[in-house]
Amino acid sequence: MNKITNNKAWFLVLPVFFIVAISAIIPLMTVVNYSVQDIFDPQTRFFVGTEWFEQVLSDRRLHDALIRQIVYTMSVLLIEVPLGIAVALTLPRKGWGVSASMVLLALPLLIPWNVVGTIWQIFGRADIGLGGYLINLMGIDYNYAQNSMDAWLTVLVMDVWHWTSLIVLLCYAGLRSIPDAYYQAAKIDGASRWAVFRFIQLPKMQSVLVIGVLLRFMDSFMIYTEPFVLTGGGPGNATTFLSQFLTRMAVGQFDLGPAAAFSLVYFLIILLVCWVFYTVVMNAGKQGEQ
Amino acid sequence: MTLTLENITKTVGGETHIDDVSMTLEPGSFNVLLGRTLAGKTTLMRIMAGLEPPTKGRILVDDTDVTGMAVQKRNVAMVYQQFINYPSMNVFDNIASPLKLQGVDKAEIEKRVRETAELMHIEHLLDRLPQELSGGQQQRTAMARAMVKDCKLLLLDEPLVNLDYKLREELREEIPNLLAKRDTIVVYATTEPMEALLLGGKCAVMHEGRMTQFGPTTQVYHNPASVETGLIFSDPPINLVEAEVRDGAIFMKSGHQVPLAGHLANLGNGRYTLGIRANHLSVDPTGDDTITMQGQVELAEITGSETFVHVHFNDVSWVIQEEGVHNPRLGEATQFYVDPTRLFAFDANGALVAAPPVEVTNGKAA
Repeated sequence: MNKITNNKAWFLVLPVFFIVAISAIIPLMTVVNYSVQDIFDPQTRFFVGTEWFEQVLSDRRLHDALIRQIVYTMSVLLIEVPLGIAVALTLPRKGWGVSASMVLLALPLLIPWNVVGTIWQIFGRADIGLGGYLINLMGIDYNYAQNSMDAWLTVLVMDVWHWTSLIVLLCYAGLRSIPDAYYQAAKIDGASRWAVFRFIQLPKMQSVLVIGVLLRFMDSFMIYTEPFVLTGGGPGNATTFLSQFLTRMAVGQFDLGPAAAFSLVYFLIILLVCWVFYTVVMNAGKQGEQ
Repeated sequence: MTLTLENITKTVGGETHIDDVSMTLEPGSFNVLLGRTLAGKTTLMRIMAGLEPPTKGRILVDDTDVTGMAVQKRNVAMVYQQFINYPSMNVFDNIASPLKLQGVDKAEIEKRVRETAELMHIEHLLDRLPQELSGGQQQRTAMARAMVKDCKLLLLDEPLVNLDYKLREELREEIPNLLAKRDTIVVYATTEPMEALLLGGKCAVMHEGRMTQFGPTTQVYHNPASVETGLIFSDPPINLVEAEVRDGAIFMKSGHQVPLAGHLANLGNGRYTLGIRANHLSVDPTGDDTITMQGQVELAEITGSETFVHVHFNDVSWVIQEEGVHNPRLGEATQFYVDPTRLFAFDANGALVAAPPVEVTNGKAA
């Protein structure tokens, strides 16, 4: 068989190649460059091999930040996903209520991260913030600036407030795409509300849920702005997640080598978890098929 | 059981979806609901099933009023245009689901699911998930689910529409046989006259929420009680022309004359609408007493084995159905021939007054 070769095709690929190179590959290579060298100025640099990686990976503060990060991300997913599904199920299916709830739900999504941080920073203050004041009024001693647990919880609540809507909207779209005939068929069978959810709605939402969980995982694993605005990572290290840790290292202490090494590790963790999750979920679907 | 609908009316937001429908469905009968899209077929089925209550009227099962009874207590099953199966259950569990909900014991479920699957020729697919099946297999699964529970009323809402041609023919042939030995009332909705004829049984013709006629399918086909029924129960729709009977002959609006003979002999003076099906028109003269007419060719649709020639004359458009491939020139005048023994006559109100006698060839009604 004669293969048709047409070199013009390369010209069509070039723009994409160019954009990806500028936006992803070259910056990433710079980071790789920093991660294996000790650079003082453009003329003075030493190759250090894996030294930065070893230093970073054995750092106890980083271990703590990683554990804090994992617990935080898990909490975010465990709260936002079920809550999002529950809210999506209760939304109206037709009438003016649809547009009203869509607008209300979309509002938090439209607010920039640092504004969310500022809103909650003020809202949570015990002296002038409505939320903080009311909580203290109920007899609970709440102060996110001094109590680690309070700060951690505030960041969590902030994220739930900001991003549950995303899961709701995704699930709602998934639910809307289910033909009415499915519900009728279930009704004729006499299936319970739970059975309808378990055997019709949940399977039909699977694909959007995968996307939702992936997005929320990546995003919450990279959380930076909200804790930065709220407490700057404190009190102590209570809200120092991986991003805070990295920024402190790179910008605060100007340890560019270890910071670059850690950036790569960070990147690989996210990539790995997403890949594993995606493969597992997609294979789980296929396993059942056989 | 016998299902009786009494003066069923359904209005939604001031719009009438079903208009005063009364009918009695006999035990074990096969009933076709024939009508165009939006004629109210699906709504009527949903009312029969108990999925929605009628605005007015009663539904009786063996003389018991079940109008307000919930659908899960009615022992009905429904198959839809879309292939509705539980997406996360395999074929076996899908078919078994209605039985499980009824609390049938395990061995019995196993036996009945396998029997039904065999009947539907999907016994080799029991471990698969619906999304792994072809459209035909998915619909077979959905039908097996409907049939497994021995329901009293089986509703099929255009079940073959989303299947490709070959599969549709295959299933259409099987359906009447599959259901023949049961005492289930089957109601089958379709938009296609040919499908109704192939399925047989009884046929209810629906038009804009009203039931225009209900009777044995072939009888309805050969004696459409009204112009509307004729239009719906013909594909392409029956060709119509205004006519007047006077001086011992029929004068079509187009100026052609038809003798007052045969089944038309008893028409009194007055205005009529004449109807003739496309397959009784021809571009070749077929007999001595055919009427020659002229028209302009507007369009020729070639389906492969047949050609539909659309002709236009005196503000009337007719369709001629011809065997084989014909390529008439568009816009050109052409002659075509009407067999007067195949003419239907409707009176000024659109009610049938004369229908051609049923042709019998090889013992089968044509």
